[in-house]
Amino acid sequence: MSEDLFELGGHKFNSRLLVGTGKYADDSVIPEVCEASGSQIITVALRRVDLESTTGNVMDFIPKHMQFLPNTSGARTAEEAVRIARLAKAMGCGDWIKIEVISDNKYLLPDGYETAKATEILAKEGFIVLPYVNADLYVARSLVDAGAAAVMPLGAPIGSNRGLQTKEMVRILIDEIALPIVVDAGIGRPSEACEAMEMGADACLVNTAIATANNPILMAKAFGQAVKAGREAYLSGPGAKHCHASASSPLTGFLSED
Amino acid sequence: MSFYPICTEYGAMPLTEKFAAVTAEDVKRAINAESPDADDFLAMISPAAVPFIEEMAQKANKLTIQYFGKTIQMFTPLYLSNYCTNRCIYCGFNTKNNIKREHLELKQVEEEAKAIAATGMKQLLILTGDARIKASPEYLQDCVKILSKYFPSVSIEIYAMDVEEYAALVKVGVDGMTMFQETYNEELYPTLHPAGPKKDFRYRLDAPERSCKGGMRVVNIGALLGLDDWRKDSLLTGLHAAYLQKKYPNVDIAVSLPRMRPHAGSFQPTSIASDRDMVQNMLALRIFLPRLGITVSTRENPEFREQILPLGVTKMSAGVSTEVGGHSQKGEKVGQFEISDGRSAEEMCAALKKHGYQPVFKDWQCLDEHYGESV
Ligand code: SF4
Repeated sequence: MSEDLFELGGHKFNSRLLVGTGKYADDSVIPEVCEASGSQIITVALRRVDLESTTGNVMDFIPKHMQFLPNTSGARTAEEAVRIARLAKAMGCGDWIKIEVISDNKYLLPDGYETAKATEILAKEGFIVLPYVNADLYVARSLVDAGAAAVMPLGAPIGSNRGLQTKEMVRILIDEIALPIVVDAGIGRPSEACEAMEMGADACLVNTAIATANNPILMAKAFGQAVKAGREAYLSGPGAKHCHASASSPLTGFLSED
Repeated sequence: MSFYPICTEYGAMPLTEKFAAVTAEDVKRAINAESPDADDFLAMISPAAVPFIEEMAQKANKLTIQYFGKTIQMFTPLYLSNYCTNRCIYCGFNTKNNIKREHLELKQVEEEAKAIAATGMKQLLILTGDARIKASPEYLQDCVKILSKYFPSVSIEIYAMDVEEYAALVKVGVDGMTMFQETYNEELYPTLHPAGPKKDFRYRLDAPERSCKGGMRVVNIGALLGLDDWRKDSLLTGLHAAYLQKKYPNVDIAVSLPRMRPHAGSFQPTSIASDRDMVQNMLALRIFLPRLGITVSTRENPEFREQILPLGVTKMSAGVSTEVGGHSQKGEKVGQFEISDGRSAEEMCAALKKHGYQPVFKDWQCLDEHYGESV
């Protein structure tokens, strides 16, 4: 089998698992999480980054080899997301940006319209834009038009650990959208990440499920393996599922008598 | 529409009897409800829920870690002025109390800011007594302009304002407001607030909502536990939070759980909220509103603050002085109330880490032009 690399934003990665930095009891565990998961892309909430901090900063714990993906968590409008992205670039965080625009604090569901607006502005400015959205075909198409580098549909609301609730919609995005599909949010267990990958998702982003596990390092390793297993299952082209056992040719057997 | 009709409706109910009528079955159903409603919340703070506190704690712990991780946001208060025109009978700043009144000049505000910033604190809560003449909206705006240079997040805990006044503060960089209703018991309220602008129950009750309309990002409410039966005030606090959360989904709603503390006046609590009551209250709030911020101040003692870490708290103060100018000036001063946890920011962080929690200093940064970031 030829090497199966994950292409995103003009780069190639060996791993299809993206990890986060929020919710850890101690940021010092982050390097070990990266190592155990094999992940090469890590997202950081810009609102938590404090470059002036004298008492430690999440940035200090991000291994150098990781692709840094700042996110706009906290933004409630396209305008805020754009400001945060520009600030990230000005701070030297590179030109990758994960757009999160959320103005519903109860369910933390992303605002597709504002996200598309921010994506369009930032893509024109040369950012590699990864928008976090609902698993919605129309929103995804508008993101393609807006110049997104991938589409990141949610499996379930952020932090809910409810799994792949949007499975059918994600399946449609995988079929219809030519960009990489990265399932982001909601995945609570490695088996769910595996399932998304088996379906043909290009990658998964997992934060809460790893950060809030009793043993985050072991969980990171499990997710790394699950994403890999799911990907390999997808590539191997699993046989079609059958509900019933079937005779070899129950409807056309008569033809052989000819 | 405002929260007032709901407050009135509940005020007219025989709440004591309602609490007493809750059964163990009601409590179990409430704890396991997919989306707990007002009746479920009432059940969880009722006496019948006491034997279920451990079960509630297990659920609250899971929900808190799920939605907030093992993190605690850190903030510290800065008292700008202790002049007050009110006569809240439970408060040390009461206009009748014979204490030295002080008010920080802008230069002093900057000195305080520097002293606090040097401790590593990034989220600041500014407080004043209720005296518009001494701490006018314009004065507050000037203070915020200075403080924004040192703190990415500045919140206010001041007198009730109009929507436009809140909006003006938001414009210069304020991102959060705290407003304690003190008690939701409209009948009791006037005896506790015999004179001054705070006497207007409804104006205060609607202030958090006005601040949402004014563009605040974080709105923190609460009752001062001990003024009335804690269960009644806690019920209304939770319902008020739920009301705001539903109506203003873009605002982070939080609740504080302050208990009465000794102070310079002579008023003593009518209803003592025990540690167990506090815990029950917090657990019920977490299960009722899983994404609610919950703030615990230094009114509580260090041991208690550490023990309740896994139960729902998301925000804690540290390095606190309740005196005007107490961070940069030393001397004999009178604070608003006595604090129970006098630990510095550094000591508090060490304690959090010891319990497997990460102190979060910065969680938001205002990027508007005034903050000086040319983005
Ligand atoms: S509680 Fe506030 S308004 Fe009342 S007396 Fe104290 S400082 Fe003044």
